[in-house]
Amino acid sequence: MKALILVGGFGTRLRPLTLTMPKPLVEFANKPMILHQIEALAAVGVTDVVLAVNYRPEIMERVLKQYEDQLGLKIHFSLEPEPLGTAGPLKLAEEILAKDNSPFFVLNSDVTCEFPFKQLVEFHKAHGDEGTIVVTKVEEPSKYGVVVHKPNHPSRIDRFVEKPVEFVGNRINAGLYILNPSVLDRIEKNRPTSIEQETFPAVVRDGQLHSFDLEGFWMDVGQPKDFLTGTCLYLSSLAKKNPKLLVSPSESYVHGGNVMVDETAKIGKNCRIGPNVVIGKNCVIGDGVRLQRCTILPGSKVKDHAWIKSTIVGWNSTVGKWARLENVTVLGDDVTIGDEIYVNGGSILPHKSIKANVDIPAIIM
Amino acid sequence: MLQVPHREKANGAAGKDTKAVILVGGPSRGTRFRPLSLDVPKPLFDVAGHPIIWHCLTAIAKVPSIQEVCMIGYYDEAVFKDFIKEAATEFPNLPIKYLREYQALGTAGGLYHFRDAILKGRPERIFVLNSDVCCSFPLNEMAKLFDDKDAEAVILGTRVSQDAATNFGCIVSDQHSRRVLHYVEKPESQISNLINCGVYLFSVDAIFPSIRSAIKRRTDRPRLVSYPSSENLESSFMADEDEERKNEVIRLEQDILSDLADSKQFFVHETKDFWRQIKTAGSASSPNHRPLSSPPVFIHPSAQVDPTAKLGPNVSIGPRAVIGAGARVKESIVLEDAEIKHDACVLYSIVGWNSRVGAWARVEGTPTPVTSHSTSVVKNGVKVQSITILGKECGVGDEVRVQNCVCLPFKELKRDVANEVIM
Repeated sequence: MKALILVGGFGTRLRPLTLTMPKPLVEFANKPMILHQIEALAAVGVTDVVLAVNYRPEIMERVLKQYEDQLGLKIHFSLEPEPLGTAGPLKLAEEILAKDNSPFFVLNSDVTCEFPFKQLVEFHKAHGDEGTIVVTKVEEPSKYGVVVHKPNHPSRIDRFVEKPVEFVGNRINAGLYILNPSVLDRIEKNRPTSIEQETFPAVVRDGQLHSFDLEGFWMDVGQPKDFLTGTCLYLSSLAKKNPKLLVSPSESYVHGGNVMVDETAKIGKNCRIGPNVVIGKNCVIGDGVRLQRCTILPGSKVKDHAWIKSTIVGWNSTVGKWARLENVTVLGDDVTIGDEIYVNGGSILPHKSIKANVDIPAIIM
Repeated sequence: MLQVPHREKANGAAGKDTKAVILVGGPSRGTRFRPLSLDVPKPLFDVAGHPIIWHCLTAIAKVPSIQEVCMIGYYDEAVFKDFIKEAATEFPNLPIKYLREYQALGTAGGLYHFRDAILKGRPERIFVLNSDVCCSFPLNEMAKLFDDKDAEAVILGTRVSQDAATNFGCIVSDQHSRRVLHYVEKPESQISNLINCGVYLFSVDAIFPSIRSAIKRRTDRPRLVSYPSSENLESSFMADEDEERKNEVIRLEQDILSDLADSKQFFVHETKDFWRQIKTAGSASSPNHRPLSSPPVFIHPSAQVDPTAKLGPNVSIGPRAVIGAGARVKESIVLEDAEIKHDACVLYSIVGWNSRVGAWARVEGTPTPVTSHSTSVVKNGVKVQSITILGKECGVGDEVRVQNCVCLPFKELKRDVANEVIM
């Protein structure tokens, strides 16, 4: 089987992290974001993964190369000469995606969920039509594009309604699809095309598009706030499905569960960590540190008595003693926060040293 | 042989010819000291581990010729009973008495009212200290200037920023002779950045006649001075009562000093040391910026401080206060029976009696430069309280952040707050 992941551009929404690292390589729960998807694809027998990119970070190719053998699949980079929207990249990779008649997966790279690809393939094959899109239930459908089904049919899609004022349904496009190669015939070459607004409505008109209800959580983690929320959802899911990947709740420093700590990280005395904390490779956490709802990326150091909440601490950063970080603070690579400093919603660019409080959310250049 | 001068200076230094008067004011002035002085009279508020007036006494005790200290004010006698008892042990050679005014007479009026008590023992000169002042009290240097110049009055002055100067009494002096040429209280325009520190040395032969003539002047010609703002009225002892009563109020600053400047024997000793007026609770934390007579960190012997806590600089921990493991206290006053729990961080704040700061909580004010003489700062275009004050028996929850707030007594803070007065 084959898959295409829509990676796109520079990941500006996830700056300052993406100033240092291409977005697909930013560690989400101690693993590059894109690897979560590639592993899930490999697990259902995908042999070719196309990464649709419109820039070509060599570091990404180098890092992902090592997983090809490990996962037994081939990773292709498909570079758009110009932005082609969400459907154009599929046409561009037609040679790989249509090399046989089997359906292929399409994934938005920012999405995290439990990736139920096995059930998705079975469902798709069972209805026998051209495409299936994964949908997820939301509380406030008026903010999204909502999927409306044919009367008296549980999965065949009738239409899409963008930001409905009146309630027409509560299922939205989750950004994961499985499509037959015939869908590629509906996309023009070398023209920017939207899969949501052009390709899918055409498939719907022919009664060939179905929806598949996603079980469990779903989150677009393309920006820091959602990255943190997505981490909470992911860790909660792990706690049920694979608790061995989390630190045991009986560990003295764990508070409220959902704590993932790399085995090379060091944790000091009298810490209170959790819920929803990820601590990366080679991190050093001092004594009396309080962490909650945060991700500490590899190589960072949190000194004694610091207090961190709703924050992403970028790679190789240092957080001073009695410092307090909160309200979606994001530290880029190699940032230093001084002792006793308070940062409220600060977005700190790489290599900065912060010596005065950041009282209101601000970008520190 | 030359005629011996009328004042025997040689004997003066050795003999007991000097008295000191501390003007402690009265309870009606306390409002600006809220939320902290809902209970404690301002002169007894702890700064650097001791009541404000204790620092006055320490300085006075170092004057070799001192006879006696008189405290004048209109607090009830009971207010200072314990303090005077303790001071008698601490300063055994310094007799201290409290002279209570039964009506507010003004700083000069009070002096004059108790002139018989003050003049008993025939002192030649008297130090007069306002009790709302914290400084190094260079009394002996003032006395030396007094002797050198054969002065009738010496005032302690300090330089502040031009902007701040108009909040104080301003002194215009001759730079070479150090003679005071002009004195004006809280001028509306900038006239000088040398300000009155509220510490004086007067010859008894000059001050009492000067007050007497001010009273006479008042009776002859009621004062027609208008004050630029209500703040000036507040800082006076003037009661809102009938004209007759008002006329009895005679203040050193407004009514006496400017007259003294007309005489030729009024000099200023300029101190470069730290000086600060303790007008509001906010300013009370700042004297901790400089060592007074104690080190930058004062811990009361009955306080419990965990060895892993980090204190200082400029921290005062009051009696029976408890500071937990890994706590951080900097530029702050922690009053009696307060508790700071483990890993909490307290910066530029006053933690009131019996208050509790939770684990990993952060109680923070914003530092102001010591020279600014202001207790608020402009932040994002808004004037905010610069230091955080937790009144008596307040509680800050675990992990809660309190920034630039004044919290009135008995409040529980369970959520983060910033830039607020919490009623």
